[in-house]
Amino acid sequence: MRKRVATPYMIWMLIFIIVPLVMVVYFAFTSSSGGFTFDNIIKVKEYTGQFLQSFKIGAISTVICLILGYPMAAIISRSREHVQRTLVMLCMIPMWMNFLLRTYSWMTLLENNGIINNILEYFHLPRLQMINTEGAIILGMVYNFLPFMIMPIYSVMAKIDYRLIEAAQDLGCNSFAVVRRVILPLSVPGVISGITMVFVPSASTFIISKLLGGGDMMIGDIIEAQIQGGANNLNLGAAISLVLMVVVLITMAIMNIFGDTESEVSLI
Amino acid sequence: MKILSKIYTWLIFAFLYAPIVVLIVFSFNNSKSRSVWAGEITFKWYVELFKDREIMDALLNTLLVAVVSAIVATIIGTFAAIGIHSMNKKLRNTWMMVNNIPMVNPEIVTGVSLGLMFTFFIEILKNLGFDASLNMLTLILAHITFNIPYVVLSVYPKLRQMNPYSYEAALDLGCTPIKSIFKVVLPEIMPGVITGLIMAFTLSLDDFVISYFTSGPSAQTLPLVIYAMTKRRISPKVNALSAIMFAVVLILLIIVNLRQSKDNKSNDRKEKSFI
Repeated sequence: MRKRVATPYMIWMLIFIIVPLVMVVYFAFTSSSGGFTFDNIIKVKEYTGQFLQSFKIGAISTVICLILGYPMAAIISRSREHVQRTLVMLCMIPMWMNFLLRTYSWMTLLENNGIINNILEYFHLPRLQMINTEGAIILGMVYNFLPFMIMPIYSVMAKIDYRLIEAAQDLGCNSFAVVRRVILPLSVPGVISGITMVFVPSASTFIISKLLGGGDMMIGDIIEAQIQGGANNLNLGAAISLVLMVVVLITMAIMNIFGDTESEVSLI
Repeated sequence: MKILSKIYTWLIFAFLYAPIVVLIVFSFNNSKSRSVWAGEITFKWYVELFKDREIMDALLNTLLVAVVSAIVATIIGTFAAIGIHSMNKKLRNTWMMVNNIPMVNPEIVTGVSLGLMFTFFIEILKNLGFDASLNMLTLILAHITFNIPYVVLSVYPKLRQMNPYSYEAALDLGCTPIKSIFKVVLPEIMPGVITGLIMAFTLSLDDFVISYFTSGPSAQTLPLVIYAMTKRRISPKVNALSAIMFAVVLILLIIVNLRQSKDNKSNDRKEKSFI
């Protein structure tokens, strides 16, 4: 009986999640006149370069987020409880500000006449070319998605039983061995979900690359150009989206095998 | 070690907050420049902000979409969580998987898929002689869709914490199933429902990618207007707007956080009183 209250939800999800995905497949395999064709999927091959570029930028950003985020998560999880809550909130707050505005603000900082260059000039240092480089794109990604790495790792680390660490110390581990043999293995599920939460958006986002990287196109920008922009080829846009989705889902499936799927660690 | 980790924390927060501070500081700048400080503080961008029709219309649209979609998504999502919770394991896992699709999928794919479906049906309607286009309705439908999974995920854990027998007790005492859901289950999971509602509202306020593919020119929200501005020159009015939005989000988050910590405290007290 209680099951029936979920009926509106089921209908909604069928119409607005499943049917749209079917639509993507339909558009990907038809031509603009409506006939069945493989042309769009074959044409996606032309964008292999952008796919690789996007995954490269996604991967680099994810690694940097991991290197920066892991120690931060460890620090938060080891502080006192009310401090923990404040630190978590401080990590989350920037995430809730419109990402376009934050990215735009980085433009202000990085521009050739921007704040950082003005400060450099004040100290009679040479100006740097920062905007419109690959480094700027990666900075934008790391900036936007770092909290997504910190949060899941923190939530796993906070649950680690402190007695395990004491036991390891009693059994003769130095602090390096405690980290390597106790804390690292136990935090793997958090690391895995952090990696997926950073990699997927940073490989597929559009606009960040456009704003900070100048003309550099990532796969999201290509899709946007086909669907909304000048190119206006819905079928090709659908085909690229389909390939992107399949690649991302396969990557996620592989990650989940490594992660032993301790599904407790979901969002935030 | 302790000093080292303190320095590290400060550095990370400096990185996270630098652009936000820059945005807010330059909303008080007495010149159009985004990077040169004119030397005096002014509130004129805040005044001009409220005179700007385009921005104010977009603000109204954004609030309308966020309120409507958050409420509808909360209703559908809450009952969905109750229903899914009472299913057998296999069905439950299937629906939880469907629930996860929009969260795992790249946002752009969700946006494109909804946009394609809307244009497909709009074309059919047009061929039948109706007047149809991407508008507020499609935008709201899209927002409800990406909000629902988050509501389900914030209500579901509360159902698992709840005593499974209280629902049955209500039935034994003569409640109809619907009545016992309203009288017993809903009050018990209310904190999760409220958290879900606020989360849906904030997500909807901030969404850009999905709105971009599902709204027509007649339904512009703030993130869409901001995006259009990044193509021209962004006016300091937008800095002023973002400072206000930042303050609003900050207040919302503090409310949520206080609620949660109050929740935890009352739970602690309950546990203690049992001992």
